[in-house]
Amino acid sequence: MNTPVVDGAVLRTEIRLFGREPGAIFWILLFPTLLLVILGSIPSFRQPDDSLGGLRLVDTYVPITVLLGMILGGLQGMPQVLTGYRERGILRRMSTTPVRPIALLTAHMAVFAGAALVSALLALLVGRLAFHVRLPKQPLGYAVALVPAVLVALALGSVVSALSRTTKIAGAVGSAVLFPMMFCAGLWVPVQAMPDLMARIVGYTPFGAAAQALNQAAGGDWPGWTHLAVLAVWTVLLTAGAARWFRWE
Amino acid sequence: MSVIEVSELRKSYGGRAVVDGVSFSVEEGEIFGVLGPNGAGKTTTVECVEGLRVPDAGRVRVTGLDPVADHEQVARVLGAQLQQSELQAKLTVREALELYASFYPHPADWRPLAERLGLTDRLTTRFGKLSGGQKQRLFIALALIGNPRVVVLDELTTGLDPRARRDTWQLIEDVRAGGVTVLLVTHFMEEAQRLCDRIAVIDKGRIAALDTPQGLIRRSAGATVISFTPSAPLDEHDLNALPEVASVAYKDGRVTLSGTDATVNAVITLLARHHITAHQLRVSDATLDDAFLDLTEAAA
Ligand SMILES: Nc1ncnc2c1ncn2[C@@H]1O[C@H](COP(=O)(O)OP(=O)(O)O)[C@@H](O)[C@H]1O
Ligand SMILES: [Mg+2]
Repeated sequence: MNTPVVDGAVLRTEIRLFGREPGAIFWILLFPTLLLVILGSIPSFRQPDDSLGGLRLVDTYVPITVLLGMILGGLQGMPQVLTGYRERGILRRMSTTPVRPIALLTAHMAVFAGAALVSALLALLVGRLAFHVRLPKQPLGYAVALVPAVLVALALGSVVSALSRTTKIAGAVGSAVLFPMMFCAGLWVPVQAMPDLMARIVGYTPFGAAAQALNQAAGGDWPGWTHLAVLAVWTVLLTAGAARWFRWE
Repeated sequence: MSVIEVSELRKSYGGRAVVDGVSFSVEEGEIFGVLGPNGAGKTTTVECVEGLRVPDAGRVRVTGLDPVADHEQVARVLGAQLQQSELQAKLTVREALELYASFYPHPADWRPLAERLGLTDRLTTRFGKLSGGQKQRLFIALALIGNPRVVVLDELTTGLDPRARRDTWQLIEDVRAGGVTVLLVTHFMEEAQRLCDRIAVIDKGRIAALDTPQGLIRRSAGATVISFTPSAPLDEHDLNALPEVASVAYKDGRVTLSGTDATVNAVITLLARHHITAHQLRVSDATLDDAFLDLTEAAA
C-alpha cells in the first residue's frame, strides 16, 4: 500500500505556518507589487516609448514583477525552509509515521506556488488599477506561460535545497543564483529594451524565456513554442537533478 | 511470535562496524532495555528497528514485517521517540498533536495524553519556544499518539527533571499494562532497573549480556558486597583466599569485599574461627550500576 505524496493535514499546516512568516509574506506577496508602484510613480515610466514599440516602461515592468515573487520565493524562501526541514530532523521524525516525509516537501512547495500565483495576480491587478496597464490580451496564453514559470521556480528551488547541506549554504547559493535570475527576467533592463543578442541569450534562461512568453501573451499573441520549450526543458532537467541529489537526512 | 526480532544485525560507517552482530527478540507486552556507554551502537540498532536506517546485514522484523520494505505498515503500529529531532519552529503544541494524530488510522485522544505529560498549559506555545524538557515530553506524546503496539524510546528521560522523569516512568508502565511492547534505550541505571523486564547491555556494537536486571547483577562477579570493621586486625591473605571473592579492600580498619553468598558465609566462618567481632556489618546487593561497569569493562 502506498500513501499519497500529498497529505491534506500537512498542507493545511504549512499554509498556517506560511501565515506566521511575515518575511516570506512581504517578499513573495507584497514586495513585487510595491516595486511596481514605486517605479510606476516615476513620471518618465509612464511615457510611451517608441523604442519599446509604443509601450510605456511601466507596461514592461508588470510581467517582470509578476515573475519576481516566484524568483524571490523560489530562491530565497523555499530552499531554506526545505533544507531546514531536513537539517533539523523534521523530515526524519515524519519518516517514522505512516505519512511519507515527501508530503511535507510537496505541501511547502504547493504553498509557495500558491503564494507566487497570488503575487502575480496582485501585480497584474495593481498595474491595471493604478497605472492602466492593460490586462493580458491573451489570458489563456498568459496562464499557459505562468504555470511553467512557477514550475521552473519550484524545480530551481528544489535543486538549491538538494545541493545545500545546511540552511546557511542554501541561503548563500540561493542569493548567488537570485541576481542572475532577476536580471534575466528583466529587472534591470526589460527584455524588450535589451540588445538583440542579449535578448536572445537571455531567452534560453528559465526566467528570460518566461518573461518573453508573458510579453507575447500580454500583447495578444500566443506564447512562442521556443519559450515554452525552454521552460519545459529547464523544469525537467532541474527536477531530475533535485530528485537525484536530494538527501533525506 | 516475538513482536520485535533482531538477528545478526550489522551496520558499518566508513568501514567501522558500529553494530556488529546484534541479536535479540522482544515479546509482546515486554519492556526491553538497551543499555550501553555512549557510542555503543544503541541508537543505530533501534533506528534499524524503526526503519530509519538500512542494515548492512542481518534480519529485523517488527510484528513479522520488515521495517524497511514494509515501512508504512510498520509505521502504523510503531511509535518512535528519536534521540534527536525537531518540529517546525512555529508549530504549536496543539497543532503538532493534532497533525500527528491525523497520520494514524486509530489515533489516541491527544488531550489526556497532553495532560499526563504536563503539556496542557503549553498547548498554544510554539515548538521553538518550548524548553528542552517540554520538547522531550511532546515527543513522548507524539510517540504514543498513534495508539502503537510497539514504542521505541531513545533516551526517554534525558533532559527531564526528576519529577517529570518519575511521571514518565509511571506513564510507560501504564502503557505497557495496556499490552504495548516497549523498546527503551537508556543510560540511566535507575530507569533500566525500574522499568525493564530484560536488558541487553551493548558495548562496542555487540551484546555484552542479555538478562533480567536481577540476573545481570547476579551474574556479575561482585554481586554481593560485604563490609565491616573487625574488632581485631585480619590477615589480608585470608581474605583474598575466601571462596568466590571478587575484590578486597582493607582501608582504615574497614574491610569491603565483593563476591557471592558463598563469600558471605565464608567471612562469617573466618571471623568466628578467629573470635573476631564484625562491627557495623553491612551486606548489600551490588546495583545494576556495578554490574554495568563490570560487564562493559569485561568486554573491553
Ligand atoms: N550516520 C552516521 N554516520 C557515521 N557514523 C555514525 C552515524 N551514526 C552513528 N555513527 C557512529 O556510530 C557509533 C554508534 O553511534 P550510536 O548508535 O548513535 O551510539 P549510541 O546511541 O549507543 O550512543 C558512534 O561512534 C557514531 O559516531
Ligand atoms: Mg544514542
